[in-house]
Amino acid sequence: MALRFEARGAASRAMVLGSPAIAVVLTLAASLVMFASLGTDPVRALQAFFIQPLSSERGVAELMVKATPLVLIALGLSMGFRANVWNIGAEGQLTLGALAGGGLALALYGYESPFLLPLMFVAGIAGGMAWAAIPAFLKTRFNTNEILTSLMLVYVAILLLSYLIHGPWRDPDGFNFPESRLFHDSARVPVLLQGTRLHIGWPIALAITATTWILLARHIIGFQIRVVGLAPAAASFAGFSRTRIIWTTLLAGGGAAGLAGVMEVAGPIGQIVPVISPGYGFTAIIVAFLGRLQPVGVVFAGLLMALTYLGGEYAQITMNLPNAVTGVFQGMLLFFLLASDILIRYRVRFVP
Amino acid sequence: MNTVNRAMAACLLAAGLLAAPAQAEPLKVGFVYVGPIGDHGWTYQHDQGRLAVEEAFGDQVETSYVENVPEGADADRVIAQLAETGHDLIFTTSFGYMNPTIRVAELYPDVRFEHATGYKQADNVATYSARFYEGRHVAGLLAGSVTESNVIGYIASFPIPEVVRGINATFLAARSVNPDVSFKIVWVSTWFDPGKEGDAAKALIDQGADVILQHTDSPAALQVAQDRGVWAVGQASNMTAFGSDAHLVSVVNNWAAYYLRRVQSALDGSWGTSDTWGGFGADMLVLSAYNEAIPADVVEMAEAARSAIAEGSLHPFTGPIHDQEGNLLVAVGEVADDGMLLGMSVYVEGIDATLPQ
Repeated sequence: MALRFEARGAASRAMVLGSPAIAVVLTLAASLVMFASLGTDPVRALQAFFIQPLSSERGVAELMVKATPLVLIALGLSMGFRANVWNIGAEGQLTLGALAGGGLALALYGYESPFLLPLMFVAGIAGGMAWAAIPAFLKTRFNTNEILTSLMLVYVAILLLSYLIHGPWRDPDGFNFPESRLFHDSARVPVLLQGTRLHIGWPIALAITATTWILLARHIIGFQIRVVGLAPAAASFAGFSRTRIIWTTLLAGGGAAGLAGVMEVAGPIGQIVPVISPGYGFTAIIVAFLGRLQPVGVVFAGLLMALTYLGGEYAQITMNLPNAVTGVFQGMLLFFLLASDILIRYRVRFVP
Repeated sequence: MNTVNRAMAACLLAAGLLAAPAQAEPLKVGFVYVGPIGDHGWTYQHDQGRLAVEEAFGDQVETSYVENVPEGADADRVIAQLAETGHDLIFTTSFGYMNPTIRVAELYPDVRFEHATGYKQADNVATYSARFYEGRHVAGLLAGSVTESNVIGYIASFPIPEVVRGINATFLAARSVNPDVSFKIVWVSTWFDPGKEGDAAKALIDQGADVILQHTDSPAALQVAQDRGVWAVGQASNMTAFGSDAHLVSVVNNWAAYYLRRVQSALDGSWGTSDTWGGFGADMLVLSAYNEAIPADVVEMAEAARSAIAEGSLHPFTGPIHDQEGNLLVAVGEVADDGMLLGMSVYVEGIDATLPQ
């Protein structure tokens, strides 16, 4: 007897949108088993994971702080993914954004002006775009695979960060430790809610979500992105420029990642450090798919992913559960999501 | 190591613990780790310290930890979560937590913080580190004595003072017993990457090195040394098990010595901010057993150096010491002061390499 996957005629639209919810429920069910087998009270564990982080104003603010870069990057990436443009290098674009914006803050150290921060944002976006422009150029000019080029540029970006932070940008009063000086107040992202770290990055991310939604749903460019992704031949018959879509989506992804990067260094971190991002550029890929490549979905997916990090920390502090639980959790979530997606489009047949 | 810890715990118990009135609420002690605990290396040694605290103080303390905390925006949140969940004493165990610790400490003035390897203190933030260069002095003596090719390989992580100081301490010690010795240094730009560290060890051995030293966290170099029949020195933990023939000795970080003292002072109310930099003398560094294949006179010399350093009669940076350009760093008969050691960013004379900038 053999198993065979057979394509279904049409995927149910309700199921396509509902599959993240199914995945979350299945993850919860599987994690109950996991907690029980670890010998911990599963109800208490789930409470530590999902309720405790949100039980205070500070916790909710922290959730948004953590979700901001994930949502921003995933928004940019989801535009590209819809057009089958696979930008895997958001981590590098984030780093370049942080370096361009942060470098400006260091160059104008002590310069007090309300225009400094907006300038840094522009520099950050430009930095991310410049880094994404390299794979865009290589793909449109030489038909290079952007998965490879964008990923490779991540390592180049991290080495560039490492060089700057061990050399020219090192804090002159920092005993030669690899950190820049702390940014001065004009170069810091303002905090929205006193006593928390919630900064203006979150409302900016929401505004960009709305803009992306309008672009994708109501603007011709969104239509072109979808057609190029779904039916490249039809797109070229319709006269849609594939080159233009590649450039647009890569620059959008790079710009969003660059903005996320500069908001991290000018926001919660407050200086340039050797590790700016704990892999946001890669986690955002999961967020984009978890959010169904839909702007609103991405916001919820970003919040959920952020919650697993915060919950994982609470589970360690209050239950002494290992950090690996967070990874297992995220892995299960992705696994169940992909499994649901497959089963929505294919049915399983036993063939004798 | 365990006997040292137990002895210390016993002393602490005798000194005042038993006399102290029983506390209703246990002291909650939190630890922030940069890596996973695993079974060897930097974070593992900090966790051994945490376990020693639990064992010594029993019901009087309650410990928790968060592992794998990135040194960026996440550090503030984790440290604040520990403060928020009622921890009275919080150890942040990596350099990158310095500014986050200072920031969170401002928000929680009643919580006591301890930051490892940094240089910023506050009323409720103490700092601590170990004089790792003392261990490297002993490693350098051994390496200089056992090498036959007179080439010693060194796997370095990042060109920060801590690492440069370690290279210089090892080199000066190796040269003091073997004037023909030379160093080959590979920078791997990581604290932990078994693949890169192993490749670096292979490259060094191919260039003639017959002793491998490292300032990285994995046992990969030791395993390569074992395969290729050369010597190596274990780092941070006792690494004997990863290559018992190649293993000269391990310089082991013993944070338990410090954690027991600080938890005791938090319990009896005498905790105050401070800046601790302890080595062999404070038991914050200890040596594993020496390899039995090392000649007895060499072991004797190494042990003599270790106890002289512990007593304070020997300093690994005793003048005259010059840098590569011939400038005098430490005058004849003098020893390097801590300020100079902390900011050390040049190689000493005789190292045939350029420090990456």
